[in-house]
Amino acid sequence: MRFLVFVEHHEGRLQKDSLGVLSKAASLGGEVEAVLLGSGVNELAAEAGKYGAQRVHVDDDVLLDKPLPQPRVDALETLLADQQFDAVLFAASVLSADVAAALAARLDAGLNYDLTDLAVEDGKLVGKRPALGDSIYVDVGWSSEPRLALIRSGTFEPEEAGGSADVAPFESRFQDFSLAATMVEQAHEESEGPSIEDADVIVAAGRGLGGPDNFGLVEELAKALGGAVAATRAVVDAGWYPYSTQVGQTGKTVSPKLYVAVGISGAIQHKVGMQSSGLIVAINKDPNAPIFEYADLGVVGDLHEIVPKLTELVRARKAA
Amino acid sequence: MKIAVCAKYVPESTAARRIDPQTKRLDRSGEGALNPFDVNAVEEALRLKEGGDGEVVIVSLGPERALEALRRALAMGADRIVLVADEAAAGSDLVATSRVLAAALERESPDLVLFGQQANDADGAVLWAAVAERLQRPLISQVAELSLEDGTVRGKRQTEYGYDVIDAPLPAVVAVSDAINEPRYPSLKGIMGAKKKPQEAVSLADLGVGAEEAGEAGSRTTVEALNDPPPRGDTEKIEDDGSAADRIVEFLLERKAI
Repeated sequence: MRFLVFVEHHEGRLQKDSLGVLSKAASLGGEVEAVLLGSGVNELAAEAGKYGAQRVHVDDDVLLDKPLPQPRVDALETLLADQQFDAVLFAASVLSADVAAALAARLDAGLNYDLTDLAVEDGKLVGKRPALGDSIYVDVGWSSEPRLALIRSGTFEPEEAGGSADVAPFESRFQDFSLAATMVEQAHEESEGPSIEDADVIVAAGRGLGGPDNFGLVEELAKALGGAVAATRAVVDAGWYPYSTQVGQTGKTVSPKLYVAVGISGAIQHKVGMQSSGLIVAINKDPNAPIFEYADLGVVGDLHEIVPKLTELVRARKAA
Repeated sequence: MKIAVCAKYVPESTAARRIDPQTKRLDRSGEGALNPFDVNAVEEALRLKEGGDGEVVIVSLGPERALEALRRALAMGADRIVLVADEAAAGSDLVATSRVLAAALERESPDLVLFGQQANDADGAVLWAAVAERLQRPLISQVAELSLEDGTVRGKRQTEYGYDVIDAPLPAVVAVSDAINEPRYPSLKGIMGAKKKPQEAVSLADLGVGAEEAGEAGSRTTVEALNDPPPRGDTEKIEDDGSAADRIVEFLLERKAI
């Protein structure tokens, strides 16, 4: 099987999840190649070899400077018109999900998304996809080529195998509509704010908190437990709490000993950022919230009643 | 300014969900609702329309009975619904769904197409990019703040690294996050008036889409098998009867977490 892995990069570094997918592809056997798109990325290409890529296709073009999806669809179409691959693999991110989905439409090629594993069974590629809040696992396949696969973030760990890759430059042909959107400001890592990645205890709050003023409740509980405060994307996007505290697919990945989720429904995007926590306690008023599927202790109830009481009890216990 | 909002009819979130082992598709026979993430897109469309001339059209692909749930968007203030209701489109994957929706949207030719963040039944969060591709329009996804000026939409959106700001000239496709607004509740007057607003059900043939281009025939992915999830450790779920805080402390002590 011949695999192409879409490798993302940010500020001069290859993105960890895409290296993980590269390592996974290498473990499946066959030919593993990578594609790297951007401006000033030639230097980075060889790096992918260490994680299992035998060849890295590179288009170093100023039109690919900003992390916008549509020019990347053009680039992949250009490459795939010239080279036959059995499968094209993407590690899910804000950027690559858009690239993969648009490429599926461009090529009329099947895309399976949110995969948590890939296997070759009887010579056929099979994707494993959890569905319905991870309560059932679906084996998915493709009826067209190339097979497009989007892997859930944080699924595969990169493994340095120490190989080296040939670098194969190519030149993309762009469509006008693909260049119509422009990036006015580009995100870069914010370093201010406390780091939640090292905390042993995290108390995280979601939209169920009701408003920014109620963060006092979780701050008090975090203080009593000797932990840090985290937030969900919805809360951060709404401006209730700083981005540096966000847990989930587009935020931090944490694995504290104890994770207390307050008013968090626990969608997949959040789960991938905290599922490896030692103990998960969830408080939510919606008994159908997905977080109850994977919380060690789930409490259906009103956080405004429970959290202050819990804070008091923990304080009393610690003072004793 | 004509805005199309792509909306999905999904199983009611309070209902137990299951996959039909025969068809290997989600069992959609129970009660349904307008996908909650799409309500944010409807709200955003109404806000953009306010204070100007324009129309908000709900475009959906689903069974005919979806109309009742989709009327919530009309009750909020949207102007009409176009529902692609065709048995041959059932079981469409991303490739087939995007083809059918794009055909319905092309017929409307809106200035702006809005999507919600994801469907709460499939968790895909991929459809908008495929539709933008088929319409050959610029795309901004995951938008938490949207503005419109001189024929250009500007979206601020969160990525793994912080916030991007992206501009796109109209006509464009924008997917909004659920943090973008607090959707209004339909007023009684809105609910009463919703039934009288135009609600059109169209077939694939009306859109010029062949039956072989939609549904399972037009799809490029397959479901091979359904398996149980890997076993997980013991979990406990309780309802608060006033003693939940005590139980949490007890639990934390048992597990030596405090």
